[in-house]
Amino acid sequence: MFIIIQNIVVLCIVSFLLLFLKWAAGKPYWRSAWSVLRKNRLAMFSLFIISLYCALGILDSISWRDPMKTAHDETIKDSAGKTVLQPYPLSVLDRLFTPIRTAQEKTYSAPLAKTLLAKENVLQADGTTLRMYPELKSQVTHLLGTDKVGNDVLFKALKGIRTALIIGVLTSAIAIPFALFFGITAGYFGGLIDDAVQYVYTTLMSIPSILLMVAFLLLFGRGLTQLCVIMGITSWTGLCRLIRAESIKIRELEYVAAAEAMGVNRFVISLRHILPNVMHIVIISAVLRFSGLVLSEAILSYIGIGVGPETGSWGNMINNARLELARAPVVWWNLGAAFIFMLGLVLPANIFGDALRDALDPRLKE
Amino acid sequence: MISYIIRRIVYAVPTLIGVNVLIFALFFVVNSPDDMAITILGEKNVTQQAIDNWKKENGYDQPLFFNIDESGFSKLTATIFFQKTIRLFLFDFGKSDRDNTEIGDQVRMRMFPSLAIAVPTFLLGVLINISISLIVAFYRATYLDYWGLILCVVSMSISTLFYIIGGQYLFSICLRLVPISGYDTGIHMIKFIVLPVVIGVISGIGTGVRFYRTVFLEVIGNDYIRTARAKGLSELKVLFKHVLKNAMIPILTGLVMTIPFLFYGSLLMEAFFAIPGLGSYTLDAINSQDFAIVRAMVYLGAVLNIIGLLLTDISYTLVDPRVRLG
Repeated sequence: MFIIIQNIVVLCIVSFLLLFLKWAAGKPYWRSAWSVLRKNRLAMFSLFIISLYCALGILDSISWRDPMKTAHDETIKDSAGKTVLQPYPLSVLDRLFTPIRTAQEKTYSAPLAKTLLAKENVLQADGTTLRMYPELKSQVTHLLGTDKVGNDVLFKALKGIRTALIIGVLTSAIAIPFALFFGITAGYFGGLIDDAVQYVYTTLMSIPSILLMVAFLLLFGRGLTQLCVIMGITSWTGLCRLIRAESIKIRELEYVAAAEAMGVNRFVISLRHILPNVMHIVIISAVLRFSGLVLSEAILSYIGIGVGPETGSWGNMINNARLELARAPVVWWNLGAAFIFMLGLVLPANIFGDALRDALDPRLKE
Repeated sequence: MISYIIRRIVYAVPTLIGVNVLIFALFFVVNSPDDMAITILGEKNVTQQAIDNWKKENGYDQPLFFNIDESGFSKLTATIFFQKTIRLFLFDFGKSDRDNTEIGDQVRMRMFPSLAIAVPTFLLGVLINISISLIVAFYRATYLDYWGLILCVVSMSISTLFYIIGGQYLFSICLRLVPISGYDTGIHMIKFIVLPVVIGVISGIGTGVRFYRTVFLEVIGNDYIRTARAKGLSELKVLFKHVLKNAMIPILTGLVMTIPFLFYGSLLMEAFFAIPGLGSYTLDAINSQDFAIVRAMVYLGAVLNIIGLLLTDISYTLVDPRVRLG
């Protein structure tokens, strides 16, 4: 059941993004921003890399459970005649990387190495034991070596992509509806609603977000969903304030006054006239916030309140490898892989975010 | 001026009440004392008797709002809302759930190590960020500016964890200049705080320089700067006398907003360098699932944050006479 929900959430987000793109493609404002953006080669390259990450993340999100097989490759049926399924689902990414995923070594091995990192007593064919570096069990090359329990580091880093993307996107998906609803109603309707909304977000903002996250995760346990929810709660307030300010500005414009004079329902005005005109703020802040969210996942996982230890994430990789630089010989590939994969996502996201902001809102240009 | 400050302080009270109600809702309504007891005593094999005992020991055995069993005034006072939330509101933090130490004493004791890390990081950071961004703004629209900006984006994109782990490896393991982590009182403290401070400053440069550069360039675009140049002032004089002075408001906003973090230090720095400050106190409380400490720390953090915001508003009126005391 949980697996189905996971698949549906990702599907919803992707289809929602596609719908938004379709809507934006019909508007001259967004088209002109795109034509500005398209001329920016660095931004386009960043977009390409981000899409690559997204593709891997989506591949890792579509998963299903295989039937359990006997040694003779027959499916097992239970007493009711239903096929028994494997306890864990495998994603498309898992299936693509089956040779690497199943190539379990004993312990650390360096990138591209043929042997383990530490010497062991190995029983030779002629009956003598020799102190040497034992050869790896599997034939596949580990491009980035293996970790302490012998898992492939490259595969672990690839598995971290999905977690990072989900945190970056799902958090915004939770925060944006709240921010839009409360921001627009407060800004456009004003009065008592405005006071109430302002009071709520001042109160929420006055608690340092890290502490609110700590309290929330202490009460509801670690996990990807909890993390996204609490990050959504702590981050909608900033966006809500921006949208409220912009709505107040738009409220005073002629087209809103004209619509009001013609007797258009105020809810219709807020949907048809205010909402499309604050969308650029939503997009800019979601993209600019994305990299910060990815970075904070690593930090939260490090201090032990991030996603659970069973979820593959860069923060968990760093956390598990925290003592590896102090040992001899130094094991750098775990940390290196996690940091490089993180940088590979965050740097393009930052560059693209800046370019997008300049294209959508030239007033904010640095 | 005085009346403005008093009014602002009065305005802060509803926010504090809101924070308290939120903490109450999170810790006692969403997550009942029974849940707390189960978390602390362990999920399995926990009897109702054990839960009741734990609740009695830690003072969670009263009803939430209204105690029918008591008489008179204590119908209201012998409740969790009064005992825990109203006391917290009055800065009576109470005792830790785990080892019965006074949280207030711990806070007083751990404030200094937090400050010893946070204050130097803060001051050095501001000084270095502003100096670099002044240089970048001075050479604006040149290659130095262009590459400086790119460097900023790159350094922003690198995880703080990288700076910490890399710094510890370079300075402590390879060069053996300073101990990896730990803390000591008196003069020995310095060797322990150098590395966290340096790393804290370096990891903040990217964001800081970019922010201040934007602020400076915005001021430089103004007409009075052109006028000052037209009158023959040197570029340096313009930068220091006109630009820096007029950029004070955004700079102050950036500065005062970091005040709450002065006391909390960075949770991260304290965790990594084993500094016995408020940040690591909070982290230890999470790991030992001590609800009382986390509750107190959330409230303390909010109070410090509100004080920070208050100081920002007051400082605006000091640097900019145009700001009306509305």
